[in-house]
Amino acid sequence: MKTLFLPILAIGALAGAAQAAPPVRVAAKVAVEGAWCRAAPKGAPAGGCYLTLTAVAADQLVSVETPAAARAEIHTMSMDGGVMRMRKLSEGLALPAGQAVALKPGAEHLMVIGPKIDLVAGASVPLTLRFKFAPPVAINVPVKAVGGK
Amino acid sequence: MRSLRKFVLAALISAAPLAACDRTAEHAKANASAKVGGPFQLVDQNGRAVTEKDLLGKPTAIFFGFTFCPEVCPTTLTEMTGWLRDLGPDADKLNVVFVSVDPERDTPEQLKLYLSNFDHRIRGLTGTTAQTDAAAKAYRVYHRKVPIEGGEYTVDHSSAVYLFDAKGQFVEPIGYGSPPERGLAQLKALLKG
Repeated sequence: MKTLFLPILAIGALAGAAQAAPPVRVAAKVAVEGAWCRAAPKGAPAGGCYLTLTAVAADQLVSVETPAAARAEIHTMSMDGGVMRMRKLSEGLALPAGQAVALKPGAEHLMVIGPKIDLVAGASVPLTLRFKFAPPVAINVPVKAVGGK
Repeated sequence: MRSLRKFVLAALISAAPLAACDRTAEHAKANASAKVGGPFQLVDQNGRAVTEKDLLGKPTAIFFGFTFCPEVCPTTLTEMTGWLRDLGPDADKLNVVFVSVDPERDTPEQLKLYLSNFDHRIRGLTGTTAQTDAAAKAYRVYHRKVPIEGGEYTVDHSSAVYLFDAKGQFVEPIGYGSPPERGLAQLKALLKG
């Protein structure tokens, strides 16, 4: 499990010592790339946001917060025999060490429910991503027209 | 792969439009198409009553969805809006109908607001749960309400657009995710009759 964390940053601590009960450790930030939210029709009760996450060490995206909507959830979507199914990932989304995990249309996505702003091209959605180990990441995500990538 | 997907989809709704020159297939298709589509009683986004009879006389593109759907339904509505634009004046010769599988949330007012984003010729239909269930059943459209932890719910649903001729006979589906130019070609063929 020591691979989960970067060396201790606490003053005076030596890096790399595997302790049973470690003092406070600080994990590296999760890299966020290519974030965009899909422009939603006026009156749409929900919208989708997409991004690529890369964690240095194995981690998990556990929740998403935004002041721009009633709430945000981590969802997955699948098409099976022409049937659209959407589900909430209540356990969050696993981020294997060093692997880029893409949330994209037709698959995992962030669902922004009850938007308080117009999700129109040019707007931006502030999101705070919370992880199991890594520190939270706050991003401003641009809204792009459908088909915009 | 595209033709395979189309075949699977078509087979799913028990009407595989295969070799049109084959009499047996033609006969089978005619029988099968009698099973897709049927009577319904719904209201449109302006609160007007609409039944299957209102769709006769023009070819029809009909699809089922709901406004809480974050991706498939806006995508289909956006594509349909593009197709109607590309069809030019011919678009007026087509019925385009979006039926809600979520009548609890999709009131006529909600459909009106939502559809104001798209081509004005797209009619949104809703009703009581019993009425939309009956319509989905008549059109062989799978849908199921699924609770989301935290109080909301989503609706699993068939995502294809179903094409019917002016007599109300099923022709073929436009599969979700098939290339937009293909959908446009299918609509053009439908209008040619």
